[in-house]
Amino acid sequence: MTVEIGPQAAARAAEESITIEVTRYDPDSDQELRTQSYEVPLRKDWTVLDGLNHVKDTIDPTLSYRWSCRMGVCGSCGMNIQGQPSLSCGTFLSDFAPGPVRVEPLANFPVVRDLVVDINDFMEKLPKVKPWIIRDDVDVHAGEFLQTPAELDAYTQFSSCINCMLCYSACPVYGLDPEFTGPAAIALAERYNLDSRDRGARERLDVLIEREGLWGCTFVGECTRVCPKHVDPASAIQRYKLKAAQESVRAVLLPRGAG
Amino acid sequence: MSDGGVVAAHDVLLVGGGAAGLRAAIGISESNPELDIAVISKVYPMRSHTVSAEGGAAGVAGEDDTIEEHIYDTISGSDWLGDQDAIEAFVNEAPRELLQLEHWGCPWSRQPDGRIAVRAFGGMKKKRTWFAADKTGFHLLHTLFQTSLKYTTLRRYDEWFVTRLLVDEGRVHGVVAVELATGEIHTIMAKAVVLATGGCGKVFPFTTNANINTGDGMALALRAGAPLKDMEFVQYHPTGLPFTGILITEAARAEGGWLLNKDGYRFLQDYDLGKPTPTPVLRSMELGPRDRVSQAIVGEMQKGRTIDTPYGPVVHLDLRHLGAKLIDTKLPFVRELCLKYERIDPVKEMIPVRPVVHYMMGGVHTDINGATPVQGLYAAGETACVSINGANRLGSNSLPETLVFGARAGRAAAAYVQSLGEPSATTQDAIRAQADDEVRRLRAELMGREGSEKVPQLREQMQHTMEGAAGIYRNGPDIAAGSQKLAELRERMEKIGVADSSRAFNTELTAALELANMMDVAEAMLISAGRREESRGAHQRTDFTKRDDEKFLMHQLVHRNDAGELGIEQLPVTITRWPPGERVYGR
Repeated sequence: MTVEIGPQAAARAAEESITIEVTRYDPDSDQELRTQSYEVPLRKDWTVLDGLNHVKDTIDPTLSYRWSCRMGVCGSCGMNIQGQPSLSCGTFLSDFAPGPVRVEPLANFPVVRDLVVDINDFMEKLPKVKPWIIRDDVDVHAGEFLQTPAELDAYTQFSSCINCMLCYSACPVYGLDPEFTGPAAIALAERYNLDSRDRGARERLDVLIEREGLWGCTFVGECTRVCPKHVDPASAIQRYKLKAAQESVRAVLLPRGAG
Repeated sequence: MSDGGVVAAHDVLLVGGGAAGLRAAIGISESNPELDIAVISKVYPMRSHTVSAEGGAAGVAGEDDTIEEHIYDTISGSDWLGDQDAIEAFVNEAPRELLQLEHWGCPWSRQPDGRIAVRAFGGMKKKRTWFAADKTGFHLLHTLFQTSLKYTTLRRYDEWFVTRLLVDEGRVHGVVAVELATGEIHTIMAKAVVLATGGCGKVFPFTTNANINTGDGMALALRAGAPLKDMEFVQYHPTGLPFTGILITEAARAEGGWLLNKDGYRFLQDYDLGKPTPTPVLRSMELGPRDRVSQAIVGEMQKGRTIDTPYGPVVHLDLRHLGAKLIDTKLPFVRELCLKYERIDPVKEMIPVRPVVHYMMGGVHTDINGATPVQGLYAAGETACVSINGANRLGSNSLPETLVFGARAGRAAAAYVQSLGEPSATTQDAIRAQADDEVRRLRAELMGREGSEKVPQLREQMQHTMEGAAGIYRNGPDIAAGSQKLAELRERMEKIGVADSSRAFNTELTAALELANMMDVAEAMLISAGRREESRGAHQRTDFTKRDDEKFLMHQLVHRNDAGELGIEQLPVTITRWPPGERVYGR
């Protein structure tokens, strides 16, 4: 079991190479973003993340980026790769041969350092849509809430969001109006609305119906296109808008709470 | 800026935002809303490694299942090294914890009538593993994280890296941490600290673990005077993808997948794991425990019956006979991972797999309530060793372990802080001095320091040293050689340089601190492995091939003295109703 493995060992055996052009920014010393090029081995099983790790370990230890699971589920390593919001652990260098590959921080977020962006705006918006089960009759001793496979299927897609922020980076509306709640948070609100165990749809609608919560979206659909987990936030937003429109008609016709 | 200054004081500080930390946080928020609690983690909670768990979470649910049987499976799975009182508590409380998750919204897979579905798992005699397709950890973590957002008073320090526990006269008082975004160093006071930082798979070169699994909590505890327990027991999962080490869940075999050697032969039948049958039989063949299945794969390698690849010898995991429909319903993530990272479709092709470091059975020594010998310091989840896993953890016991013992540690910490007043002036002075000392260390000794040694090279050498000395099969001379090499690497650590002098998100500094943590954990593993002169569970010595209950039906505790030297003491295993016996699978 002492076979030589791992990215560094693989690198030693590599022949071809590819250039990656990486955005650099150090708030201590840079006035603006700049680009730095690195040559890394081009191997068919190397992702862009493997390329960045090669740079970090053997060329430039100061390059900063987030990564963890390297299997597309922790949501840490979102970046703009060749202009597209992508998970660097799920994007292969060979898809861009002969190169160069442009690697930039996700758009629409402040840059903290190099490829690391500040996602606190999302972290503050997420609790506002109340992404948890809302209901009163909670007694664990009474056993599980029944939920048929069909009821489970109704929301499973929207529960697959890994909070990777690719949809916010792709969303032209969020880019123009930072107050917009945004695709992932709305999809997670809808995830709970569609859960047969939940009773909180009305509460969530009250939050989202406010001016910037929902209405900003113009159905560009970029969020759905870039989602690595096929969550389809665009359809969540569409469903929400329909409900909100119905609600506002009812609100005119009926006093609040009568429905 | 005032480096090292006190930014906050909490009643309970949870270090780590994975399943164990969040379960503890929610529990205290619900039961003791008057307490001031906070979660601090080097990553955002939803990035924690819980997210990567796939197969499921065990808890007795079926009408044909009993608590007694889950207890027995866990004890025999542990090769009798698990503490039986802890295992009883765990098995009793696991179903309620999983139901609690259901009430919080976890999308558990269901039976047609809407009740929870359970699947088979390795080493389990009944179907009792709850699952959310094959993304159980992902759903469990996001359910906990989203539920935690309900509690607006729960303070979070996202992307803060704890570098030191502040301990005076055997009692914890807080932590020093680096705020990664700014590089500022802060002191956070806390009456109780719960370590829930996960495992340490990155000590090895080939692991399913994420980049963040660097044994931070174990190293912090060891340096603070809390011993580590049973650190020789490292679990190899039988089925990792070559090159990446990405986990292919045991659920693939539970659903009926076969392990085949290069001749297409179900080789497990040659390793006392039962006889092959077309459909899975519980506690048999592909549903054997992980230690035995991984050892069997090594056996095939030694017999030359594996398949050579550029990334080492592999065997095949064959799911083709399960069909696209079952794979897409029960194992969608397996298909996604194979298509992406191996460019093969498991519906039509066999998956190449090899054993891969997956889980640490050992960890911070705690009692049944997560308490360590340091007052106010608790640990839960993979960081801790209670111990319910003993010499070998059964698949799907680790997720409920994070919940049961996360909740227990949270309750114990909440009770502990009720009786405490403010620390004395003398203690406060001592704590401030420690914090100043830590700031000095971080600033002067590491950031922007010139040095002849580099983190990545030392890390790679440590990882290969550990694979050579503490792999699936070990022996005295290899462990001794590994220890010597590790000592040399630790010396070279003193000369490490950190080229990055920027304060903002300095990942080179973080990596240097993580490497120091891993070196401490690695040293504890090797001293423990060297001392245990028997074979038990995941610890297989080619020079001591038998289990030796007379000498080693014992836990091993690693202590660190003030000079930084490690020592070992034994602690009896708690045996209540199940005397040590033979582990029998498939017969």
